[in-house]
Amino acid sequence: MDAQTTPTRSAGSRLGAMLGSQLRNIAPFITLIALVVFFGVASPSFLSMDNFSNVLNQVSVTAIIAVGLTFVILCAEIDLSVAAIANAAGIVVAFFTVQESYVNIANVPLPGWAAIVVALASCVALGLVNAFGVTRIGIPSFIMTLAMMQIGAGICAMLVRGQIAYAVPPILVTLGSGSIGGVPWIVIVAGITLLVAHLVLTYTRFGRYVYMVGGNREAAEFSGVNVRVIIGAVLVISAVCSGLAGMLGVAYFGSAQQNEFDTFLLDAIAAVVVGGTSLFGGRGGIGNTIVGVLILGVLNNGLDHVDIDSFLKILIRGLILLAALVINVYAQRLRTVRGAASA
Amino acid sequence: MTQPPVLELSGISKAFGGVRALRDVDFALKAGEIHGLVGENGAGKSTLMKIIAGVHSEYEGRMRIDGQDVRFRSARDALAAGVGMVHQELSIVPDLSVAENVFLGAQPLTKLGIVDWAGMRRAAGEQLRRLGIDLDPRTPAGALPIGLQQLIEIARVLFSGARIIILDEPTSALSPPEIERLFGVLRRLRDEGRSFVFISHFLDDILRISDSVTVFRNGQRVMSAAAADTDKAMLIDRMIGAGHDELEESYTGEFKLDPKPGHPVVMSVDGLSLAGRYRDVSLEVRAGEVLGIYGFMGCGQLELARTMFGKLPSDAGRISVAGQPVRLSTTAKARRAGIAFVPESRRAMLFHHEPIYKNVSISILDRISRWLLKPDSERGIARKHVEKLRIRTPHVDAELGALSGGNQQKVALAKWLTYPPRVLILSEPTRGMDVGAKEDVVGIVRGLRDQGIGVVVVSAEPETVLALADRILVMRKGEIAREFADGTVSKDRLLEAA
Repeated sequence: MDAQTTPTRSAGSRLGAMLGSQLRNIAPFITLIALVVFFGVASPSFLSMDNFSNVLNQVSVTAIIAVGLTFVILCAEIDLSVAAIANAAGIVVAFFTVQESYVNIANVPLPGWAAIVVALASCVALGLVNAFGVTRIGIPSFIMTLAMMQIGAGICAMLVRGQIAYAVPPILVTLGSGSIGGVPWIVIVAGITLLVAHLVLTYTRFGRYVYMVGGNREAAEFSGVNVRVIIGAVLVISAVCSGLAGMLGVAYFGSAQQNEFDTFLLDAIAAVVVGGTSLFGGRGGIGNTIVGVLILGVLNNGLDHVDIDSFLKILIRGLILLAALVINVYAQRLRTVRGAASA
Repeated sequence: MTQPPVLELSGISKAFGGVRALRDVDFALKAGEIHGLVGENGAGKSTLMKIIAGVHSEYEGRMRIDGQDVRFRSARDALAAGVGMVHQELSIVPDLSVAENVFLGAQPLTKLGIVDWAGMRRAAGEQLRRLGIDLDPRTPAGALPIGLQQLIEIARVLFSGARIIILDEPTSALSPPEIERLFGVLRRLRDEGRSFVFISHFLDDILRISDSVTVFRNGQRVMSAAAADTDKAMLIDRMIGAGHDELEESYTGEFKLDPKPGHPVVMSVDGLSLAGRYRDVSLEVRAGEVLGIYGFMGCGQLELARTMFGKLPSDAGRISVAGQPVRLSTTAKARRAGIAFVPESRRAMLFHHEPIYKNVSISILDRISRWLLKPDSERGIARKHVEKLRIRTPHVDAELGALSGGNQQKVALAKWLTYPPRVLILSEPTRGMDVGAKEDVVGIVRGLRDQGIGVVVVSAEPETVLALADRILVMRKGEIAREFADGTVSKDRLLEAA
């Protein structure tokens, strides 16, 4: 060892190491700020309090779905059925609510609370089916939840048969489209969901297991952690979050119909990954998801404020997602290389 | 004797980093000869074979085939010159047919440029019949027993034109009739003029099939002789170098066993079997003793240890802990029954990107917190272990990956020590450690034993088992072949039993 160069080199490499390890947290944040600055300059109407509230309102449903997905992706699994389950939950809750006479659905009216309970129970059931397929039968989550996506769509189709339902229980109407003191209830619900998830992931034993299972599944198993229970649990959590988002979403949109949530699958996955949660598990969290959701929200909203070909918008969203994936994988590789060097 | 060797190596040396794996080795293989190669793990025989098979291309010395100087750059080079290798882990593709496996990577084509399936099947069938195996070439290879898969792999190597074939531990996974069949095939091919290098730990197998035997020790060839002129005792003597080296004196010295027949049984295994891994294993672990389970690589002891921790299922048999029958369907159940396990690979046990204290607390989280984490008590517990086990780290928040291998191993142990388990199973606890770290581990294990924990040490390194165990079981090809429970044992007797 060269005594003279060692201190400077280690200081430099320590800084580099810190930047490397924080890349997945820093890059999304910088992206968000850059987008806000860009749209603020490009469009005078973007940087207003009203519009800020708009963005929050628009991202709330995505945010609630993304909360559940964050758990799943932290475990290095994936859930492709979130949007379909959200859709199914929204339709189930409408199915059990009295509809106007012109709505031609063979529905079964129940009290509002009962309709909500039935919808949430359906989500738990669908989540358990996912969990069973992945942890007991051993189907890769990608494939299992792909099948569940179709099953969810099937449930929607069977219940509404191409019709549109409008009525949902009053409490959902309030939470989905009402507001209190100028703040939309749906934003509050999304905020609470994010907060609870953050507390669970950071301060509970279950949260620690989620990170450890995602970080090194085999090591978790060799440490006597019941890995299958953890993975099953995150799949159920994901389904319940989707169900909550679906019920509020139906109230937010004012209708329940097939394929209503199709775009939310990609948006939710994109939000989690763009935020910097590792696709390989064990790294990231709700903080990342919040930033990711906001990036997507600002992007969607901002592109409406600037004069841009609406068809080009789709392409731009794709490119932003690609860039985030590159950073995500690159950050992982940095870690792996450093880990190997120090081991 | 007048025949020139087909393969001749002279003055071969090879180092990995600063470690000399081979020192000035000469080796000759004659046409139509089966040449047994023996030596302990790390004696250099695998390195030499990898040089011959073109896996290592950087080395000193000369290699000649049929009197021509050669230097292989790759395994492909070696195969083109007629040298093929069949590894212990077969490279059979289970979902492809027997014919496709024989022709893997070299399927015959028709004039139209598509695979000539009929021709391939015919040729594969013929090739296998020449080896004395009558088999439908359309059978998926994965459906065949391991012995046949191995013969298919040998057929593939032969078919690609190999005249010199290196077999690495070919008999370790075979049943006695399968070994007979393999030996029949080898003899037939030898009589056709092919040459074999037969690497094995199983000295009985070596002595039965080989025409001549070479012994390696510490990177040097210490003996070459006709198989008829040697016996098992002599080979073991040469392998471990009795009386040659002071450093190795401990290896040949007598180790005193210290069984504790009066102590209560904390774990018992009765008639445990797992197809293809181990058969009908029964054993008892007593409180306050170290039970060593020794066996060569691939003899089933690693899998047995995993089953005892609920990581692998078993096909038959019963496990009891403290007299109560248990079903260990998950590792969590095993942990709650009081069983702890440290696998042979640290990577499989530890979270490299997490701080030390999280690595330690993961196994005991449910004991220290019901819902909410208590990071301060986690850190406190970790600090205690760091101190007690003398883990060298600035603080318990340091990333685990920053520690040296030996210290990581201690962290892997530490996670089981806060609430002492009834049974602690250690798989290869000192593999790859330097002497100091090994001594630390020996001390820690003894301390745990004296606390009354039943310790099981599973290893393919005789030194590890001898240094730690109070009682030793020897596993041979998936079965418990011998127990050493009284008096003393030495390395040569241990090897002879395996």
